[in-house]
Amino acid sequence: MAEKPELSMAAYRQRTRRSLLTGGLAALAGFAGWRWVQDQPQSHNIPTVLRKGHEFNEAVWSGLFREDHQARTFSRSAASILRVNGRQGLRSEIDLADWQFTVKGPDGTTLGTHVLNDIKQLDYFETTIEHKCIEGWAQITNWGGARFRDFMRLYEDQLPDNISHVYLETPDSQYYVSVDIETMRHDQTMLTYNNLGVPIDELHGAPLRLTTPLKYGIKQLKRIGEIQFLTEAGRDYWGERGYDWYAGL
Amino acid sequence: MSLDTNSDPQSPPQPIEPTKIAVLKHRRGSRWMHWINFPLIVIMIWSGLRIYWANRVYAFGILSWEWFMFFPESFYTALDLNQRLARGIAFHFTFAWLFTLNGIAFVIYTWRTGEWREMVPNRKSLRGSLDVLLHDLRIRKTEPPKRGRYNEAQRLTYSLVIFLGFLAILSGFAIFKPTQLSILTWILGGYTSARVIHFAVTIAFVLFFLVHILQVARAGWRNFTSMVTGYEVTETDTSGSNRTSPARQSMEAADG
Repeated sequence: MAEKPELSMAAYRQRTRRSLLTGGLAALAGFAGWRWVQDQPQSHNIPTVLRKGHEFNEAVWSGLFREDHQARTFSRSAASILRVNGRQGLRSEIDLADWQFTVKGPDGTTLGTHVLNDIKQLDYFETTIEHKCIEGWAQITNWGGARFRDFMRLYEDQLPDNISHVYLETPDSQYYVSVDIETMRHDQTMLTYNNLGVPIDELHGAPLRLTTPLKYGIKQLKRIGEIQFLTEAGRDYWGERGYDWYAGL
Repeated sequence: MSLDTNSDPQSPPQPIEPTKIAVLKHRRGSRWMHWINFPLIVIMIWSGLRIYWANRVYAFGILSWEWFMFFPESFYTALDLNQRLARGIAFHFTFAWLFTLNGIAFVIYTWRTGEWREMVPNRKSLRGSLDVLLHDLRIRKTEPPKRGRYNEAQRLTYSLVIFLGFLAILSGFAIFKPTQLSILTWILGGYTSARVIHFAVTIAFVLFFLVHILQVARAGWRNFTSMVTGYEVTETDTSGSNRTSPARQSMEAADG
C-alpha cells in the first residue's frame, strides 16, 4: 500500500493521530519484548532466549568452520610469556613428578593413562599465535607440544565413529571444558608443555595443558587430569556460568 | 544541520494566501527501520560497554600523556556495567544479528525506492556542510540551501552514520571470528586494531546521537512528527506553482 505523496490538512490530522497511536503501541510492544527477555527462565545463568542466540551462533559458525582456516601466526620474536589469568582448578597441590592423566571413552571406561613423556614421544610442534581472552585482551605467545590430533590417533581404534566433543578436566575436577571435535582435530590445537621454548610453569598449567588459537582462553584448560571422548557436548565450567559453550574464534 | 523545510527563499512573493498541505517526507519503511534501529543500537552499545568493562584499557592521549580514560569508574557503577561480561556477550552476540539485518534491510530499501538520492553527498557537500555548521552555530546569518530534502551537512552526516553502521558490523565480525574471518580481520589491521575501530565507531555513534537529538529539538515538533507520521506540513500557494517540494521530487524520482 503506497503512501500518497500529499495529504490535505484534514487527512493529515487523522494520519497524525493514527501514527502516534501506532508509534505508542509499537513502543509498548518493544518494552514488553524487553521485559520478556529479562524475565525469561535462566539457562545456565543467562535468559533462555539468549542461550538460544549462542546456540544459533554455534550452528552458523560450526557450519562455516573450515579446518584449513588457520589462525594467524607471528614471528617468534613478537611473542612474550603469557599473562596469568584464572586459577580455577590449579589451587590444589600438585606433585609434578607423580602426575599422570587418564583417558576415557564415551561410556566412562578408562582407556589409558599417560605421563608427560608419552606426549613428548609424539612429534614436537611449535607455533606463535595471538592468544585471545574472552575478557577482550590478546597477547602474542608461543606454544610448544604435540598436536592433539596425533595423540588422538593412539585411541582411534577404540573409539566409535560418532565422537563429537572432547571433555577435559583438572586433577581436582574444579575446572572442566568441553570442546568440539573439529577444533580438537585442527592443526593448531595442541597438548602443550612449552611456552617460549621452556616448560610451562604451574600457573600456566604445568605439566600439560590444552592450547588452541581457535578458542578463547577459557577453553584452553590448564593442568590436564582427565580427557574423555564424548558423543555429545559435555560440561563446561564457564558455559555453566553464562558463557557461550562454543566460544570459537 | 537545520531540519525544517518551511522556507523557500527562491520563491517569488505571491499575492494569493498560502495554504497548508502535508507532504510525504519519510516513507513507511524508512520510518519503521529508523525507529527499530534506535532500541537495537542502544542495546548494542549498552551490552558492548559490559564487554568493554572486562578490559577497559582505551584512553585519549599522546604517548604517555593521558587526557581522558574510557571511562571513569562511576560510569560503570551508574549504568550497571560491572561484572556483567557473560550477560553483555549474550545480549551483544544475539542482538547483533537484528542490528545487522535491520541495517541491510535499510540499505536495500533506500536503494530500491531511490531514497538514497536524497542522502548521498557530493564533492560540494564538505564545503556546504561547513556553511551549515557556521549558520547553525550562529556565526553566519544566511541559511545555506537544501538540495532536495536535506541540506549538505545532513547528507554528509546521514551517509557517514550509515557507513559507520557497516563499519561497526564489519569490525564486530572481525573481532567475533578472527580466525574464520581472518581476511576481514587482516583488512582492519588485525585483531587489536579491529577492536579499537569497533570502540571508536561506538563513540562516534554516541556523538552523532547527541547532535541528532539537539538538532531535532531545534527543528521543532512538526519535523519530529514527520519521522512518525511520514508527513510534514508545508505551505504552498493555490496556483500550484510551488509544487516541487523536496519530498515530491523524490517521489517522482523514485516512482517515475
